[in-house]
Order: sequence, then structure tokens, then C-alpha cells
Amino acid sequence: MIKLKNINKSFVLGGETIKALDNVSFNVEKGEFVSIIGPSGSGKSTLMNILGLLDVADSGEYILDDIKIKDASDNKLSEIRNKKIGFVFQNFNLLTKMNAVENVQVPLMYRGEKHDKSIKTAYEYLAKVGLKGREKHLPSQLSGGQQQRVAIARALAGNPEIILADEPTGALDSKTSREVMELLQELNEEGQTIILITHDINVAKQAKRIVKIADGKLYEGEVI
Amino acid sequence: MEKTKSIIKVSIKNIISNKLRSSLTMLGLIIGIISVILLVGIGSGATTNVTSEVKSLGTGTLTVTINSNADATLEYSQMDEILEINNVESVAPYKNVSGTVSRGTTTSKRASILATTPQYMSIMNLTISDGRLLSNIDLNNYSKICLIGSDLAESLFEGTKTKDIVGQSLKIEGDNYTIVGILTSAGSSMGNNIDTTLIIPFTTAKYLKGDTSISNLYVKVADEKYIDRTTTLIENYISSTLSISTDYFTVSSQDSMLDTMSNISNTLSLLLGGIAGISLIVGGIGVMNVMLVSVTERTKEIGIRKALGAKRMDILVQFLVESLMLCVLGGTIGVGLGLGIGKILQTFGFNFSATSGIVIISFASSALIGVVFGIFPAYKASKLNPIDALRTD
Ligand SMILES: Nc1ncnc2c1ncn2[C@@H]1O[C@H](COP(=O)(O)OP(=O)(O)OP(=O)(O)O)[C@@H](O)[C@H]1O
Ligand SMILES: [Mg+2]
Repeated sequence: MIKLKNINKSFVLGGETIKALDNVSFNVEKGEFVSIIGPSGSGKSTLMNILGLLDVADSGEYILDDIKIKDASDNKLSEIRNKKIGFVFQNFNLLTKMNAVENVQVPLMYRGEKHDKSIKTAYEYLAKVGLKGREKHLPSQLSGGQQQRVAIARALAGNPEIILADEPTGALDSKTSREVMELLQELNEEGQTIILITHDINVAKQAKRIVKIADGKLYEGEVI
Repeated sequence: MEKTKSIIKVSIKNIISNKLRSSLTMLGLIIGIISVILLVGIGSGATTNVTSEVKSLGTGTLTVTINSNADATLEYSQMDEILEINNVESVAPYKNVSGTVSRGTTTSKRASILATTPQYMSIMNLTISDGRLLSNIDLNNYSKICLIGSDLAESLFEGTKTKDIVGQSLKIEGDNYTIVGILTSAGSSMGNNIDTTLIIPFTTAKYLKGDTSISNLYVKVADEKYIDRTTTLIENYISSTLSISTDYFTVSSQDSMLDTMSNISNTLSLLLGGIAGISLIVGGIGVMNVMLVSVTERTKEIGIRKALGAKRMDILVQFLVESLMLCVLGGTIGVGLGLGIGKILQTFGFNFSATSGIVIISFASSALIGVVFGIFPAYKASKLNPIDALRTD
């Protein structure tokens, strides 16, 4: 479902060129739970941003669901993000002035779904991630773990092909981390494709497949 | 459609959740719209007032003004010569005379004395409620008679019925004058308040420090079609026969007065509109400023929305709707307050007339400002790169 071929991405900073991704090739099939592990600065977030269509590669080919990403317009990229990708960020990235339901509704709204219908969907997914009764809470009225659950519900609500989670447990304590990981595993068992990015081997191990990244290079199957 | 509705809801919510900022942003615009409504309203109020007074003279009337510093004069005895000019139907010289009007121990401070002829009264449409009008006999006899306005009658003869005032006498500069008529109340016109005026025969003015030379004269023409020709004839008469140089007199028709008036009032309206327009632009810049700050502040939000599937247009619409609503809301409040203040000014005697045109223009210009000054910030927001936007805090 995801095919990356010879992806390169460099950043120029103060005259110095940093190769964040070095000839990365990588495939993910439907239903997989892949974790990408690597030390800080190895290029994990860069890879995630390219996978999530938030950034574009300098060279190489990215095919998502038979769509050649290089050819897509800005509007098309927004549409693909909206329909096929669910993001879970380390810092949650919820809209602070909106309550849980409204946050979950956002991707549905950009899809043009009717308000009543999207509210119903939002309630369902909030219940699914264990937030029944917290629907009207603002992010500031929720704990970190609960906020991340809202973010997961938001990622799920659009019924995406793939969930991209960049350090989803990075801001959580170990107990809450475990709960969030259990939730992701459950979702994967239901058939949801998930790519998880982490620098924590214990988190990475919970995925079916582990890919290692170091200095912008990808190593398949070699667990540290 | 469903999406646009939701985006508009988001915009409204954001305006409401930033009440203080939204009100301060609108304040600039509100003040701008109020000034548009008031300045233009007062401007057009003044215009309609002046033009209606000029029109009340009736068409076919010429106004002759001779400067008192002129080297020669037009005398009352020469009126016949003007009457002989082709197409002149009647002439009405008039003169404001100073003098103290009193009765017994009561002195009227506001009375203004007007010396004139019966023709003046018909040209100015003055009528009487009691007694009689001026007559030519009064003029020939230099009669010490007078007609008085209703307010003056009330202040000198407190409580007396007007018909009982006729026949009584009052003193002008210590001399006795018999009241022969009471003028119908008409309010003020061309800067004269008829109700506090005292009219005496033109010739009688000679007793009151006044000479009988004429500096103001109305000429009624028989046929309006030839009014320009008549104007020239009168001008020729004054400059040739009387040898008054053209710098010292004017002969103008009502039309030319209306032209001058409308020129003046158009310039005035333009000037007032310009001032008000500048305040609107200042208001608009305020809106743009706040919107730019808002975009910067909400960069993260924009990043999140884009990551979740917002297109450029969606972001653009969100911010544009926000500035549009701020401006239209501000415009509505401004129009309301402007009309309200105008009504209050009216009760204080100002001539304020707000047409539906200016109300529509006010609404339209606030909407226009919302779009014009909102488009740049909104465009800036829509162009944000999601990855850069997400990285900010
Ligand atoms: N916008 C940018 N401008 C310049 N350099 C960048 C930019 N984004 C990433 N980099 C560089 O690219 C390299 C990879 O960064 P990336 O954020 O992908 O690392 P990471 O693996 O996600 O690290 P961490 O675990 O700390 O999040 C780093 O050396 C980083 O400094
Ligand atoms: Mg990272």
C-alpha cells in the first residue's frame, strides 16, 4: 500500500547540508503494524512527514494507494491527507479552543460531512478510545493520556488507510503509555494499518515489524 | 456547502471567544461608519435645507445686490425705471434697518426691522393672520405703520389676542407706529426669522437713520424664458445709467444661485465624505493588523487544520469570513449608532437627513473593507506550509 523508493531529503542549515534521509526504500502492506526506531536526529520525523504528505522528498518515488505523490497538487495532497491518513503526534496537536467532539469532527468537516452525522461518528470513536463522558471537555481539561486518546479518535474518525504515529507515547508516563499502546494494538488487530515512530525499544517491540533508522538510512529487520 | 457552513461557524466562534479584541477591532470601523453617516447626513441635510429655501423664492425671481461702498446708488425713486425694463413684472426693494422696538416698558431685543414694499410680501409668499397688508399708499405717505411677526406680537402684547393687537401702537426708536397687521407664522427663511420681524414701508425707513438707497432688490420677471436677457438688461441699466461699476453689484437668478449652492454643497459633501472615507481606511488597517496578528498567533492551528485535510481555500475562507463578519458587524453597529446620534442631533435643531443610499453605502463599504483588508492576512494564512506551521508553538 505504501511504496517508498530511493527517497532523499536534505536540509541546508547555515551553509551545511544535512542528509536527513539517505536513499530510503520502504514498503508497507495493508494491515501491518510497523515501528520505526532510531536515535534522536536519525531522520524519523522527516520520514514521517514525507509519509504523511506534510513535506515532499527531494528525490525518489512515493506511491500511496496507487497515487504518485510527486504529481499531486497542494489541494490533492490535502484531500489525500484527509481521506487516507490519520496523524497521532507526540504533542497531541489538538485545537485548544475546541472540545473533544469538535476536535474529532475536524477531519470529517473538511470532508464535507453533515454536522449531525459527524457528531455521531465523533461520539462513537471517543467511546471506542474510552472517553465516554468526556466529550465536552476542552483539551486543557483532560490529562495527557486522555488528550492523546482524543487525538487517536480524531485519527480514526476519518476511517484512514493508515495511522501515522510519531512518538505517540513520548509525552506520557509509563502507565498511560502502556494504555495508549494497547489501544493501538487493538486497532491493528481490527485491521488498521499503523506506522509507529519511536526511539524506545520497548515501545517498538510491540509492533509486528521493526525497522531501524540511523543517520537517514533504513535497516530492515536488524533489531538492536 | 456543508463544509463552508462549518467553516463559518468556526469563524463566528473565534470572534466570540475573543470578545475584547473583536470589539476593539470593530471600534475603529464603528467610528468610521458613524462619521460617514453623520457627516454625509449633516451635509445633505444642509443642502436640502438651503435649496428648499432658494426654491421658496419661486422661479423667475432675480436677486440684485449692490454693495454699499459703490460709487453711486440706486434710489427708491428709480424703481419706475427698472419696472420699465422689458419683461420686468414687479420689483421689491428691501432693507434691514436697526432700531429699538418697544411698547410701554417692554423692549424687544430680538426684533429685526425690515423696510420693504407690498411686492416683497407677494414674492416671499408672506401672508397675514390679522389686519391688512402693506399698501402703496403707505409708501407714498411715508406712513408710520408696521406689520409684526407672531413671536414679536406675543412678546410685546403678552396674552392679547392677535386681532386686538391690530390698531394698537408701538415705539421704534421712540417714535409711535401703528400696527396694521400680524404676519402669519412661517419660521425662519434665508437667515431671517419672519416671526420676530417687524415690517415697515420702505420709504418710512428714512426716519430711522436709514437713507432710501437700495442695496437689496428682488425683481420678478413676467416670462421666465427670457430671464437671462432680463438679467443683462438690468445689469446694463445699473452699470450704464447708474454708473455703478460691475465689481459692486450682482444680478443673479434663482437658477444660478441653486447652481452655486449645489456646487458648494457638492464640494462640501465630497470633503466630508473624504474625511469619513479616510477614517474608514484607518479602521480597515486596524482590522488588517488584528487579522495579521491572529494569523501569526494561530499558525499552529492552521498547521493542524492543514494536516487534517484543510485545503488552501478552506483556510482562506475561514480568515476572510472572520474579517468580513467583524466588519459587517462593526458596520451594522456603526449605522445604528450613526442614525441614533443623527436623530438626537435633529432634536437639537440640526438638519440631519440620512438617505437609504448612505445606509446601503455604509454597509457595502464595511463589507468591502472586510474583504479588501482581510484578503492579505487570509491569503498569508492559506499559503502556510503545514510542516512549518506545525513546528511553531
Ligand atoms: N526543517 C529543518 N531544517 C533543518 N534541518 C532539519 C529540519 N528538519 C530536520 N532537520 C535535521 O534533519 C535531521 C533529522 O531530523 P528529524 O527531525 O527527522 O529527527 P528525528 O529522528 O525525528 O529526531 P527526534 O527523535 O529527536 O525527534 C536532524 O539532523 C535535523 O537537525
Ligand atoms: Mg522526531
